[in-house]
Amino acid sequence: MDGVSFCIGRGEFFSLVGPSGCGKTTTLRLIAGFEEPTSGQVLLDGRSVEGMPAYRRDVSTVFQNYALFPHLTVARNVAFGLERRGQTGKASIAERVAKALDLVHLGGKESRLPHQISGGERQRVALARSLVLEPKVLLLDEPLSALDAKLRKEMRQELKSLQRRTGIAFLFVTHDQEEALSLSDRVAIMHRGLLEQVGTPPEVYRSPKTRFVAEFLGDVNWLRGAGVRPEAVRVSRTMPIAPERAAAAVVESQTFLGNCVHLHSKLDDGSLCVAEIAQRECDFQPGERVHLWWRAADEFRP
Amino acid sequence: MKTPRTWFLAPGAFVMLSLFFLPLLIVLAYSFLSRGAYGGVLPPWTLESYARIFDPLYLAILWRSIWIAAVSTTLCLVLAFPLAFYIARAGARKTLLLNLVMLPFWTSFLIRTYAWMFLLRDTGLVNTLLLQSFHIVRSPLPLLFNTGAVILGLVYGYLPFMVLPLYATLEKLDPALLDAAADLGAPPTVAVWRIVVPLSRPGMIAGCLLVFIPCLGAYLTPDLMGGGKTVMIGNLIQNQFTSARDWPFGAAISLLLMALVLLVMRVLGNKGEELL
Amino acid sequence: MKRFLPAYACAAYLFLYLPLAALGVFSFSNSKIAVWHGFTLAWYGGVFRNAALMEGALNSLLIAAVATVAATFIGTLAAYALWKKRLAWLTGSLYLSLLSPEIVTGISLLAFFQWTFHSLKLQLGMHTVILAHISFSLAYVVIVILARLRTFDRSLEEAALDLGANEWQVFRFVTVPLLLPGIVAAALLCFTVSFDDYVITSLVAGVNSETLPMIIYAMARKGVSPEVNALSVMITVGLGALALISGRLERAR
Repeated sequence: MDGVSFCIGRGEFFSLVGPSGCGKTTTLRLIAGFEEPTSGQVLLDGRSVEGMPAYRRDVSTVFQNYALFPHLTVARNVAFGLERRGQTGKASIAERVAKALDLVHLGGKESRLPHQISGGERQRVALARSLVLEPKVLLLDEPLSALDAKLRKEMRQELKSLQRRTGIAFLFVTHDQEEALSLSDRVAIMHRGLLEQVGTPPEVYRSPKTRFVAEFLGDVNWLRGAGVRPEAVRVSRTMPIAPERAAAAVVESQTFLGNCVHLHSKLDDGSLCVAEIAQRECDFQPGERVHLWWRAADEFRP
Repeated sequence: MKTPRTWFLAPGAFVMLSLFFLPLLIVLAYSFLSRGAYGGVLPPWTLESYARIFDPLYLAILWRSIWIAAVSTTLCLVLAFPLAFYIARAGARKTLLLNLVMLPFWTSFLIRTYAWMFLLRDTGLVNTLLLQSFHIVRSPLPLLFNTGAVILGLVYGYLPFMVLPLYATLEKLDPALLDAAADLGAPPTVAVWRIVVPLSRPGMIAGCLLVFIPCLGAYLTPDLMGGGKTVMIGNLIQNQFTSARDWPFGAAISLLLMALVLLVMRVLGNKGEELL
Repeated sequence: MKRFLPAYACAAYLFLYLPLAALGVFSFSNSKIAVWHGFTLAWYGGVFRNAALMEGALNSLLIAAVATVAATFIGTLAAYALWKKRLAWLTGSLYLSLLSPEIVTGISLLAFFQWTFHSLKLQLGMHTVILAHISFSLAYVVIVILARLRTFDRSLEEAALDLGANEWQVFRFVTVPLLLPGIVAAALLCFTVSFDDYVITSLVAGVNSETLPMIIYAMARKGVSPEVNALSVMITVGLGALALISGRLERAR
């Protein structure tokens, strides 16, 4: 990793996204305290945590495989951190455990063992176990990757609402850009140990600073040195009135995607363009000459 | 984990240093001293003990030990291989069958050796059956107290040590390989010889390591099964520290034995370590 | 070949169990030689009435118990530390101690005790046997625990650290409870190895502490005795039961 530097605000939902091997998990482990940086610092609330072992840092990690203690019940798993802190009073611990389990909608499963509950439930226990300690930052290492598609979508919303309710800063690591864009207040894109860009989802999507960011976050048409998203390209048979950017092209094929159609066409200079258009607008035939046009504001030059 | 780790290692390291390395160093020192009157050692320092090893009597014992260990190991290998092969392909009953092989090993080695004495003595079960029940022979067969009995005892005692690593390797063998061999026209024996045996080399090496070394340094088996008539290195060493009261000589032979052990470990590689 | 293998396996199992089975059968035989002469439990009774045997058994049990507790404790800690970070000389010496011929280990410990005790004016006895047993059984414990640790999920320890447990607490509240079946299996192995040992024990035991194997050896050298048969059966059944329990634990979780 090289020159990775970013700030997470209090109560922010911050995502670290990138392909596997880009260093996002390493960054997480550096913050959690499982590894020490060779240069640079980790600051928590402005104070350096250098040399501080993981068990003294006020951050908590939700592991990718949940890492629930197999020999402890759900309740004892959640209570683990509280007990280590020397919290007195079995009653107060039980109360806080119950509150945490309620927060993740798992009330009633206190006495089950990890192998007796489902994958989704295990993830909630992992969340409750970390949240009950009210850390300054919650680190989530690809928490949704082990779930099936349907469960993943449900959990996304739950995570977002959980973050809003608790007000704890979430550092969410994922390789799925859709997840990152839909959940975060701000996103950081990493690639091969480098930080490519940090910004809000609309910022990074509409104004990518590098080619990698542009292509990682969605489809891009590279036309005449500029990038344009397929959904920004309009298509018509007639020449549009005073277009900001336009090009003439020949339709090659189209792909039916259900809610929209991807129209593939070839410009006069040979470059290929994919336009995303609504189904009802599409009656173009292969070989037809069409006009493509988009706004200058939709272009980006990284 | 810095400081806790030191605390965790300290007792183990201390035991190894004081009760393993240090004793061996003392033996090393003793091998260069002279014998005391009632056992023990005295100065002056001398190489006499090492020189005595070259006496033909002792070289014969050395050679006999190597020979017996080699024969026992080979027999173990030959006998264990089909068994391990069978267990590895036994499907659901694998673990049960393997445990049945290992179970005798978990009981007493001394008792298992004694059990063979019970069978093979002149008044033992085998001779009683042959002599009195079936009248096959007219006088008891000398089945015990010879080299053959020692080899039998060693093979019996260390067979599980050969089965286990062989099984570990054979279990990982892809059954499709044998099917492929059959498909290409190889009869079962050829398939086993040309495919299974070469692929099970790591297991064979580990097994030989685990059997040859204890056989080389055997004491109990040649003593009981051989009746003290078959003298191996182990018996010779024990003798020096008890009745013969020649500790320096015993020390020298012990170091020779250790050197042989280390040599075998080197030659057969560290395969045993991986499979253990 | 399809028919050869099962038949061979049968023969092999017979070979393995025949001697012990024969001992077992004839331990109930009312005869001093290998002839069946009627059922009796006399020899078993004789074992319990033999004071020397009983004392030897007690000694063996005591030695095995103490050595097991010590070796399991020391070995578990050492295996854990070695799992975290390798220490070549220690692992190497443990393997060497495992493969070393017992006779060499025995005489080296004898020389060691004689050399140290000379200055300390101590004698050989139970304490030397116990020390010797701890020394040679340590390797067994470390190997069993290391094998268990190889399949241990490291992220569980990291999660515990993350939740605020320091390294010692991680070991105590997460690692040890999950390692417990392996620890008990190692202890049972240790007990068996210690109880059965003859060579090393006979060299360092001194005059007054006879163990059961030493007595059995002496009796075996003199000749076959039905009491030894009965005793052998009892020991075999006892140790076999321990082995089965240990095997159960290995498979647990």
